[in-house]
Amino acid sequence: MIRTSVNIAGVSLKNPVMTASGTFGSGMEYGEFFDLSKLGAVVTKGVASVPWEGNPTPRICETPSGMLNAIGLQNPGIDVFVKRDLPFLQKYDTRIIVNVCGHSVEEYLAVVERLSDCAVDMLEINISCPNVKEGGIAFGTDPKAIESITKAVKAKAKQPVIMKLSPNVTDIREAARAAESGGADALSLINTLTGMKIDIERGTFAIANRTGGLSGPAIRPVAVRMVYEASHAVKIPVIGMGGIASAEDAIEFLMAGARAVSVGTANFHDPCISVKIADGIEKFLERKGIGDVNEIVGCAGNGGIYGTV
Amino acid sequence: MKKETAHVAAQERIAADIMSLVLRVSFAEEVRPGQFLSVYSADGSRLLPRPISVCDADPEEGTIRLVYRIAGKGTAEFAKLTPGCVVEVLGPLGNGFPVEEFKDKRVLLVGGGIGIPPLYYTAKSLRDPVFAVGYRSETYLLPEISGRFETHIATEDGSLGTKGNVLDAIREDRIVCDVIFACGPKPMLRALKEYAGENNIRCFVSMEERMACGIGACLGCVARTTKPDAHSHVKNTRICKDGPVFDAEEVDLT
Repeated sequence: MIRTSVNIAGVSLKNPVMTASGTFGSGMEYGEFFDLSKLGAVVTKGVASVPWEGNPTPRICETPSGMLNAIGLQNPGIDVFVKRDLPFLQKYDTRIIVNVCGHSVEEYLAVVERLSDCAVDMLEINISCPNVKEGGIAFGTDPKAIESITKAVKAKAKQPVIMKLSPNVTDIREAARAAESGGADALSLINTLTGMKIDIERGTFAIANRTGGLSGPAIRPVAVRMVYEASHAVKIPVIGMGGIASAEDAIEFLMAGARAVSVGTANFHDPCISVKIADGIEKFLERKGIGDVNEIVGCAGNGGIYGTV
Repeated sequence: MKKETAHVAAQERIAADIMSLVLRVSFAEEVRPGQFLSVYSADGSRLLPRPISVCDADPEEGTIRLVYRIAGKGTAEFAKLTPGCVVEVLGPLGNGFPVEEFKDKRVLLVGGGIGIPPLYYTAKSLRDPVFAVGYRSETYLLPEISGRFETHIATEDGSLGTKGNVLDAIREDRIVCDVIFACGPKPMLRALKEYAGENNIRCFVSMEERMACGIGACLGCVARTTKPDAHSHVKNTRICKDGPVFDAEEVDLT
C-alpha cells in the first residue's frame, strides 16, 4: 500500500493533486467527467466580495505549448458562491480551497470574513493575477505589500492561508519569505507570467487586454526552478504549479520541493487529466519501490531518490 | 458529452480553404442542431481544442459531418486527416437552435460564410425552412442546400445571386418569415438583429469566440448580454455552455 496523502498546514489531502484556480470553475463542469472525490483538493476560481465582470473579449489565445489569458477574474461574487457553489463542492470527499481576490485589502478581508463560518478547508489568497489593474499582482510584486496583506488576512482568517505568488518578480525567494513573515501557512506558485501576442493579420493585440498571463507547458521549467528556490527559502509548505500536464511533470515539482501540485491549463486539453496525474504519481512510486509520496518531496536538492547523487 | 477518439470516415475539400470531414463517433444520435464539438490537435504544442459546429449528423450510421475553414495551424492539421486516421473530440457541446419550439413556423436560416454549415442540420429538423446564404465569392454546400430547401443567395462580388451581403438578398427577395436563425460574422448578426427588431421578428443568433475549455469552466469565451445571466450574475454569459445560440434580444452585439 502506497501512501499518497500529504499534509498542508494541518489539512490532510488524500493525494497531492489539486486543480489550479481559474481553470476549473467551482468544479461543476468537470464533475460531469469524473468523480471530484478522486482529487486531493479542488481550488476554486477567484471569488470577490461582489460580482466582477472581467475583461472584454478576446480573452484568450493559444501560444506554442501554452496560452495567454486575460479573463480579468470574472466571478459571480461571494454570495452566489456560498449559496450555489459551496454546497455543490461539499457533496464530494475532497478538500475545498477557495481562491480569494480583491481590489483592496478591505475587499479581500470581506471575502475572508464571510468564509469564516463556512465549511472551507483552506483559503488561497490571489495576490498575483496579472490581468486586473488594482489588487492582484499589485500586492504580489512588492515584498512589503505581500507581508502586510498576509498579516491582515491571517488576522481575520479562520482557515489556513495559502498565499499565491507571482513569478513576475526578480527574486521569488524574497516574495516567499515576505509571505512567511506575514504568517502564511503555505505558498502556491507560480501564477502566470505576463506575456503578449500580436495578431499580425489584424495588426493588433491578440487579446483585448493587450497583455495576458502565459500558462501551459511553455512555462514549466521556469515554474520548477521557482518552486525549488521558494521551497528552499521558507519552512512552510509550497504547492507547485505551472504547466503540469502529466504525472511525470507533477513528480518534477514534488522533487523540486513542492508538497502538493496544481493542474491548470492541461484541464483544457483533457478534462480528466488531474485524476490521471494522481493515478500516475502512485504508479511511479510503485515502480520505484517508494512507499510514501512525501519521500520524494524535495529529493532533487537532497541527494536524489536514493540519496546517492 | 465526453471526450473520445473519433475515426475519420471521409474528408474532402469543398472550396479553396473549406473542408468537409465525416467522423464516426459514439454520440451522433445525441447531437442537436447548432451544437458544436471541440476538436483536439495531435501536436502537443497546440493545447486548446478548436470549436467546430456540426454541419450534419447521421444517427443510423453513427457519423457526424464537420465543415470548417482552414484558419490556422490547428485546422490545417485537421485538413490532412484521411480515412483510417483518428482524432480526439469532445462533444456534443452547447445548446443549439430552438428547433422544437419553431418546428412548424416559417424559419429563415441566415448564414454568412463559414456560419452556413450548422444551419444545414438545423434545416433538416424543421418543416419548411428558407435559406438566405452569403458568400464572399466561392460557394460551398450550395448544391445540398438549394437542392432541398428554398434558397436565396448573396455574393460580395456579385458572381451569384444578389450582389452584396445576405441582408441585401433578404430585402431584395422580400423573404417573409416568422423567425430567424442566424450564424455568421458579428456585423451580419448585428444587422439581422436590427432588421428583426424593425420587422417584429424573433431572431436567434449563434455566436463565435475563441475558446479554451469548451465546457463552461474557464470563462474565456463570453458574450456581452443585456441583463445579468443566471450563471455569471454579470453581463458576460458563456458562449460555449449557455450558447452558442442566444435570443438576439439577450445579447449585446454592438
